[in-house]
Amino acid sequence: MPRQCRIMYLGLCDYVKAYALQKRLVKERIAGKIPDTLLLLSHPPVYTIGRGGTREHILVPGEVLEREGIKVYEIDRGGDIAYHGPGQLVGYPIMNLRRHGSDLHKLLRMYEEVFIRVLAEYGVEAGRLDRYPGVWASYDKICAVGIGVSNWVSYHGWAFNINPDMKYFSFIIHCGIRDKGVTSLARLLGRDVPDCEIVKAVAGHFGDVFNLQLETGYSAAELSEAVGI
Amino acid sequence: MEVKLPFLAEGVEECTVTYWHVAEGDTVEEGDDLVEMQTSKAIFNVPSPAGGTIKEILAGEGDVVKVGDILCNIEIGFKGAWILS
Repeated sequence: MPRQCRIMYLGLCDYVKAYALQKRLVKERIAGKIPDTLLLLSHPPVYTIGRGGTREHILVPGEVLEREGIKVYEIDRGGDIAYHGPGQLVGYPIMNLRRHGSDLHKLLRMYEEVFIRVLAEYGVEAGRLDRYPGVWASYDKICAVGIGVSNWVSYHGWAFNINPDMKYFSFIIHCGIRDKGVTSLARLLGRDVPDCEIVKAVAGHFGDVFNLQLETGYSAAELSEAVGI
Repeated sequence: MEVKLPFLAEGVEECTVTYWHVAEGDTVEEGDDLVEMQTSKAIFNVPSPAGGTIKEILAGEGDVVKVGDILCNIEIGFKGAWILS
């Protein structure tokens, strides 16, 4: 019998607000007040630098970031620098990992599995690269992964490229990897795909991979109170 | 009470200390984040196994520690007074 998982699709959501929401949900999950919860959203353009990263991986001067309206945040996530922006589907699963194997790398492999299956639906053969977490179409990354865990509850997660403006990846050494590229679903298919279609596919495969029954569980008022949108 | 680095993932024998949330002398409750560790694309906050006071921190930020290594010692205790009935 699959356990319940609440799913919240927030649309475009400010990075700081979404981060605060994650932290709040982590506390509530640790206290057992909420079931596993999956946040799906996208962010206005930001670079986030994980614990393994450095500002030296930003290749453009500050004025360019200012002109483009890109903010930079150093955060408590595994991994290096990553771009988040419109045209991505970002996922933050807030899950009790004691019920999902208590293995950090297994969790990353399961996130990757979700997107390998989503991409297969579109006829895209994607997979893993040894020692380079994430989902790759040939030697181009299409989905970045990076997690944080507190009291065996997960936060952060993935960023999947549906159709982002690819120029923003060229301003940084994405994930600190110099010799490999970045791609998007739209680039691989030669057409755009609506976000709602991807949300549906991701939710379906996420439920399958983690053996969870997904339910929408928040009212508009609760969401508004939670993230101020 | 010794707090050791727990099993984090299959095949991971060691990881790096990235940040201590607490200092020696701090009081903590069970489940509080004590120290942040990094392995590959994951960071892991080691939770306090009990409430008490941090007596001694044995691994510094930037150190590489192995699964089972002692990270700190906690003196288990209660914040409030004992009430005997």
